[in-house]
Amino acid sequence: MPHQVTVFLENEKGRLASMCRTLADANINMNALTVADTASYGVARLLVDQPEQACEALSKAGYRVRLVDVSAVEIPNVPGGLAVLLEAFDDAGLNLEYAYCFGSGEDKVVVIFRTEVVEGIAGIVDRLGYRLLKSNDL
Amino acid sequence: MQKPTPGAYQERFYQKELETMDREALLALQGGCLVATVANCYANIPFYRQAMDAIGVLPGDIKSIEDLHRLPFTTKQDMRNAYPFDLFAINVKHEVQRLHASSGTTGNATVCGYTQNDIDNWGDCFARSIAQVGGGSESILQIAYGYGLFTGGLGAHEGGIRMGATILPMSSGNTRRQVQMMKDFSSDILACTPSYALLIADTAIEMGFDPPKDFNLSAAILGAEPWSQGMRQEIEEKLGVVAVDIYGLSEVMGPGVSCECRAQNGLHVAEDHFVIEILNPETLKPVPDGELGEVVFTTLTKECSPLLRYRTRDISRIIPGECSCGRTLRRMDRVSGRTDDMLIIRGVNVFPSQFQQAIADFAEVTNHYEIILTRKDQLDMVELKVETVPEFDFDEIRKIESLQQRIAGELKSSLQVNVRVSVVEPKSIERSMGKARRVIDMRQL
Repeated sequence: MPHQVTVFLENEKGRLASMCRTLADANINMNALTVADTASYGVARLLVDQPEQACEALSKAGYRVRLVDVSAVEIPNVPGGLAVLLEAFDDAGLNLEYAYCFGSGEDKVVVIFRTEVVEGIAGIVDRLGYRLLKSNDL
Repeated sequence: MQKPTPGAYQERFYQKELETMDREALLALQGGCLVATVANCYANIPFYRQAMDAIGVLPGDIKSIEDLHRLPFTTKQDMRNAYPFDLFAINVKHEVQRLHASSGTTGNATVCGYTQNDIDNWGDCFARSIAQVGGGSESILQIAYGYGLFTGGLGAHEGGIRMGATILPMSSGNTRRQVQMMKDFSSDILACTPSYALLIADTAIEMGFDPPKDFNLSAAILGAEPWSQGMRQEIEEKLGVVAVDIYGLSEVMGPGVSCECRAQNGLHVAEDHFVIEILNPETLKPVPDGELGEVVFTTLTKECSPLLRYRTRDISRIIPGECSCGRTLRRMDRVSGRTDDMLIIRGVNVFPSQFQQAIADFAEVTNHYEIILTRKDQLDMVELKVETVPEFDFDEIRKIESLQQRIAGELKSSLQVNVRVSVVEPKSIERSMGKARRVIDMRQL
């Protein structure tokens, strides 16, 4: 499964910038970034070209960081492309903890998500004719 | 009661002969009471018998107040170890009229028993405070200290009874109702914690009252927590009162061990009931009058729970010289700190180590923590910063939220304090080589 790097960040001026600088200095490239924020802290989730190295660099710089297995599905960039997938998950009783998308080429979108259980995902994705991505596909 | 006008104030006394006693006579009175107290302790409390035997002091060696320094000390831990009744000089089933206990958030509570005489003496001490602010039997005393095991409410209540004043036993809380009754019943004197007095003032103003004009209140007797001169001014201006500091601790008696008069320059110690010593906390030798040290009390009249040289851990000093009010009872300064790291949060005594113990049960967090105290709307607010262990899966935000809530719940049940728990980055909690700075107190007390 693809690895996501999750970083705990306090809501503090310049904290996200300094995280990005740490990655840049370690020569790590980011493909996707999303930040979930609460009143006092944020959780940054990112996809990078070298997840293990990213974790190491961030830990060394004093960040709380986690390497997390997530699911990645390539879906068509059309109205309802995501809806049918999520409806199928819903019917199968699969709950998403969180999800985010980013564009991939002209007509494709990649959706990243985390679920409590992963069994059943591959079958649903197959049935819809979508593609489940592996680490090296990202 | 007439609102006092400057210059025209006539000092009032509750027990003038005792409060203005000649120093020699007072020392003789203290000596006699000390001899009786020591005899009582030695005969009836095994702890004291052992402590005195261990240092080779017999009751007969104590002949006057000059011999006080020969007696053993008592600590908070001794009182905890004695839980519940081992430091009682009389059988709890017989003449003990009432029991009070400290908040007891670290280990056992400290329990004190009171005979009817003890309660009457306590009431007398508090009644002096009522006279010290200009009150008397005609006063309406609104008590907004909590009633219960905590000595604040019932201590003030006994004072009102002994004075013969009219008591309005509000207890704490129900602030709008406090304000309405203060107005409708024409309360003269308010007794509560200083922070609650400010909340009452602010609530009254919010309800559209102008307290100095609309209320009959002339004085406030405030204690049980530290407060600043700035806070005093604010309370006095907002409520239109003279606000005095009252001191006491449940181990020794409760509020009334000492209290300011209207001169507001030190708290007159009820020296006919308690001997005060100010000692260097390291050497345990007396410091000269005027110098800061640890406050140590010996009770002189308590029947059920007498204490020999109880180390309060409070830091204060004796204010030398005579007071303009005419009382000869010596004055201690307002407490300026603690020799330990105890915090008083909304009147509850809490040690930082208790936070540490509480979080130790959570494998999700490290043992680094920081306590931040602030004041909001006159109430103490507590934030506890913790950091998660590297293994903690914070990728799901609800796990962070749940962790914060569970820790807050544990603190609430073990410390009786509402705490906002924040998970922070490791860098946010100061690391130090020596003693970490665990508490950041921004309350400006």
